[in-house]
Amino acid sequence: MQRHFDEELKELNQEILKMGILAEESIQRSVEALKNRDKKMAEAVINEDARVDQLELDIDEKCIDLIARYQPIAGDLRFIAIGMKLNAELERIADIAVDIAQRVLEIADKPQLKPLIDIPKLTTIAQNMVKMSVDAFLKKDVKLAKEVILSDSDADQLRNLIQRELIEDYMAKDGSTAHRAIQYLLVARFLERICDHATNIAEDVIYMVHAEVVRHHPEKL
Amino acid sequence: MENAKIKALDFNFYYGAHHVLKNVSAEVIANKVTGIIGPSGCGKSTFLRSINRMNDVISDVKVEGKILLDGKNIYDPEMDVVDIRRQVGMVFQKSNPFPKSIFDNVAYGLRINGIKDKYFIQERVEKSLKDAALWGEVKDRLQKNAFELSGGQQQRLCIARTLAVEPEILLMDEPASALDPTATLKIEELIHQLKSKYTIIIVTHNMQQAARISDYTAFFMLGELVEYDLTSMIFTNPSKKITEDYITGRFG
Repeated sequence: MQRHFDEELKELNQEILKMGILAEESIQRSVEALKNRDKKMAEAVINEDARVDQLELDIDEKCIDLIARYQPIAGDLRFIAIGMKLNAELERIADIAVDIAQRVLEIADKPQLKPLIDIPKLTTIAQNMVKMSVDAFLKKDVKLAKEVILSDSDADQLRNLIQRELIEDYMAKDGSTAHRAIQYLLVARFLERICDHATNIAEDVIYMVHAEVVRHHPEKL
Repeated sequence: MENAKIKALDFNFYYGAHHVLKNVSAEVIANKVTGIIGPSGCGKSTFLRSINRMNDVISDVKVEGKILLDGKNIYDPEMDVVDIRRQVGMVFQKSNPFPKSIFDNVAYGLRINGIKDKYFIQERVEKSLKDAALWGEVKDRLQKNAFELSGGQQQRLCIARTLAVEPEILLMDEPASALDPTATLKIEELIHQLKSKYTIIIVTHNMQQAARISDYTAFFMLGELVEYDLTSMIFTNPSKKITEDYITGRFG
């Protein structure tokens, strides 16, 4: 039987998809701004965060409204409950992109410390993880969600590599690089945090589909 | 399961040629609330009524299999039906007080069981009305006609009348479906309080009600027990798709 409720859930799905796209774009543009030392673009990322914030509020309101009006249970309930969590994770991801943009403003006018190689690599991982985790949610795809979770260690390794290089090759050798090196260090840390949020989303997707909690239980993967 | 108060073993029920319950096997746990859900005509009320042999009054019915109450088959020809019904009380969808006073309604079961001691009856009536969360509302007008009570109060009076003969099991067939939300809430609270003393089985069409009040939920369809599990499992992660389709309203 076709339910009106399904139409509402479809709308929620679309809103979350929009949130995912906005978050992903923010990451992309903040790192683009970092690479090109583009203050204008960094400012745009910061300013456009208000859109993400508003969408977060709208999605939350929609979820609360659906719970109040339909009292969902079973798969419907898991979808809405996880939709709300996803919403918060994506908003957080967009906030981190703002943090990256703020680092850009900090160093854009200073001489380039080094060519960026690994940070863009980490960005690609982070972007893919966010995209895949949102796709896994939209398609209810547990296999894809598991791939996201497994990619997290790649992100951790790359972050460690970036950190080591910045400390050993720059900060330890030449104290005058410290300010710029710290900004890159923070960016690497931010990107790695984005991957953690994507991992949280992927874990929630597994719960949504199978009602199985894998969060804090890596052995269940 | 632990503390099974009732065990249905390959229970089958026929109205004439109509096979209403098909090989139902289930254990009902003591001092828990078991909700029975399912679409109209799925056999849930028939199953409920089979537990105190209420279906016996219908002609042309046939029963196969067993229902054990504390290990004894209630369909054993040697079982006393009156005794079973005293042990297994029932509350119906529509409250059905007798055209008597509030007091006499509750005392009725005691009197027909031959109890004459006035003080004993008085005490039991008070206790039953208190257990049914009605005492405070009626203690000053026990001699008034039961029909003067509101629908929700009448239903609690019927529960008090059932409790007066000290059953061990309470069967409830949609006990709140004709009541407004406030009266429904009172019945639900009451069920919650009563389960420490009684084993309760409730048939309900209201999914949220089943989710709120029952510890275990049984889903019946076309006379079969499709799924039976902890309510928390049935309503968050039912193991069968058809159960999910039914409880989420996709079914039909």
